[in-house]
Amino acid sequence: MKSKSPAYPYLLWMLIFTIIPLIMVVYYAFTDSNGNFTLQSFADSLYYTDVFVRSLWISLLSTVICLAIAYPLSYIMARAKKHSQNLVVMLLMLPMWMNFILRIYAWVLLLQNDGLVDMAVKFLGFDVALMGNMGAVVLGMVYNFLPFMVLPIYTVMLKIDNSLIEAAHDLGANKFRVFSKVVFPLSVPGIISGITMVFVPTASTFLVAQYLGGTGDKMIGDVIENIFQRDKGVGSALSLALMVFILVFIVIMNKFGDEEAAVA
Amino acid sequence: MAKNLVLSLKDIFVQFDGEVILNGIDLDIKDEEFVTLLGPSGCGKTTTLRIIGGFLDPERGDVYFEDKRINDLPPNKRNVNTVFQKYALFPHLNVFENVAFGLRLKKLSKAEIEKQVKRMLAIVDLKGYEKRPVSKLSGGQQQRVAIARALVCGPKVLLLDEPLGALDLKLRKDMQIELKQLQQQLKTTFIYVTHDQEEALTMSDRVVVMNNGKIEQIGTPIDIYNEPANAFVADFIGEANILNGVMLEDCLVRFLGRKFKCVDKGFKPNQPVDIVVRPEDVEVLSPDDENAQLQGVVTDAVFKGVHYEMSIDCDGFWILIHSTACQPVGARIGMRIVPDNIHIMNKLFPTADNIFIAKVVSCSPEENSIQIEIEGKNVEVKNQSYPEGVLLKITLPPQGVYIAGDGNGDLEAYIESVIYKGEHNEIILETDESKWIMDSDQDEQVATYVPICFNFEKATFEVIKEEGAVGNNEI
Repeated sequence: MKSKSPAYPYLLWMLIFTIIPLIMVVYYAFTDSNGNFTLQSFADSLYYTDVFVRSLWISLLSTVICLAIAYPLSYIMARAKKHSQNLVVMLLMLPMWMNFILRIYAWVLLLQNDGLVDMAVKFLGFDVALMGNMGAVVLGMVYNFLPFMVLPIYTVMLKIDNSLIEAAHDLGANKFRVFSKVVFPLSVPGIISGITMVFVPTASTFLVAQYLGGTGDKMIGDVIENIFQRDKGVGSALSLALMVFILVFIVIMNKFGDEEAAVA
Repeated sequence: MAKNLVLSLKDIFVQFDGEVILNGIDLDIKDEEFVTLLGPSGCGKTTTLRIIGGFLDPERGDVYFEDKRINDLPPNKRNVNTVFQKYALFPHLNVFENVAFGLRLKKLSKAEIEKQVKRMLAIVDLKGYEKRPVSKLSGGQQQRVAIARALVCGPKVLLLDEPLGALDLKLRKDMQIELKQLQQQLKTTFIYVTHDQEEALTMSDRVVVMNNGKIEQIGTPIDIYNEPANAFVADFIGEANILNGVMLEDCLVRFLGRKFKCVDKGFKPNQPVDIVVRPEDVEVLSPDDENAQLQGVVTDAVFKGVHYEMSIDCDGFWILIHSTACQPVGARIGMRIVPDNIHIMNKLFPTADNIFIAKVVSCSPEENSIQIEIEGKNVEVKNQSYPEGVLLKITLPPQGVYIAGDGNGDLEAYIESVIYKGEHNEIILETDESKWIMDSDQDEQVATYVPICFNFEKATFEVIKEEGAVGNNEI
């Protein structure tokens, strides 16, 4: 057995900044201002069901779009020359060196009235509001979380030995069959972790909708942030509900991944 | 039953990044034959296999399958299957599904697939392993799955790319015999790639010895062993004493400072030749035996199981002998080689010396040296004085070429062959434009690149053309 002592500082950190806050969230969610047990906060939270569902919908949409962009990109990257691979990874990572809020704000500047993209669209003869709608929110999400989808899929694709592809070819598979019977099944673990890494943070993120969305596009993260200032009980109840939902989602995803690995 | 031609390669030429990998490969493979492509790493044997499999398009040349040209046919349309070097089993599928992969693509019925997979798993001795994940199998078992997966598709030709390379010796020997039996049982043509000469001799109907992108010899294992086409083949297949000799007349050759009767004819009088004598063909006699042709001192004796391997110092030349009777180290022995066992072959390098033409690019009388141009590089020659622009024919003996120890050579050369000639290694090198022969006391790794230098002390120079007037400013 290796010594566990090097882990103690981190365990302490976890205790102070993860476990204790979590206990506090649970405590606030189930008590009223006098400290008595109540489910009132959960009852009040039902008021935000619409926001909750819309948030999940936006997350789902963003995740699907990320996957649709990232999968072919990873597939092509993994087969490209080494230095073009490095270049694309570099380009993907470069924006990540900037602050999250700055990146969102950059999109605001591009999309707002008389922003660069807005002017270009107007020049082409379309007069549409590019900001203040759900599309803009999804765009911001995809832009911010695309690398988290690309990297796991790309890593898995890289690990697929070319001789497996040749073997499938050799055994009579055409290009489509090689993909559907070998490349795709072997890339499932990457897809699963990509989906998890995009869906989970997008579901709970805030600020993106505040900056890019309209008044009706608030996401649950924004609501929680806002409501905590006034009512710790409802804020905690919402957080807890979101956490449980995400937990269930992760469990389902992992189970799906395991089955894929075992059965296919 | 007449065996038909199943596969033909015609004048195949392949190069990657300007490096020639295959150069003029012609090969005919008959039905139901077990053919082995044998050669050192980098000789082009795997490339040849990939061309047959359809994974690589030759730059020139044609591939015929049962008289049809199949150059443009993708691998999935060829009636050929491959057992890959590292098996390439699908990690997400179990044993059954791996073997069923090709059959499922053929859209056979479920019952038919089940039947064929079971039959094939029984043949390769993996009954009951159907549900195992392939990652839980040993190397030998994975190997069998790979073979079953390829054979179940019923290919006309099975390609095997060093399939036993990763197995340990005992298992490898068992698998060699099993593979050979499998091939005879299924009557499938096997094309087998290996660098292991013993494997090739054990299994093959015919062996194709390759080196440096070319075929050196094609023949049955017995032919290849007993009648090697040249010193390279002799050196690569089994153990051999390879010596420099001179053919005096038909059936008379001189080597090790002595004349020997032999059975070869048709060489020019006094033609330099390579002599090959297998270690088991040197008879050990007592030193005063009147039949002894050679005398030598045993310097080393190692027990090898069936025989003793002895090194004999024969007036400065080392001779290797295999004999069941051990001679003590230090003993003086006599040796005899019967004419039948002296194999004579043309030299790998056409001339005894390096002969080339170079231009003098500059001359500095104060340092008593000139600069000559060899393959675009300027090389200094000391103690010579020729005017600029003169073309020189230079004859440089093998001792005049050496590998630069400090890594800074005049030219970069590819080591094509290294053959031990009893007292030194004879190394043939290839540079961009020509080939070189050199002698070396050191062992070098074939198929690698080394920097070479020249020592012109023993070279002879001959002016063949004066270019322009002496003292011309133009270079």
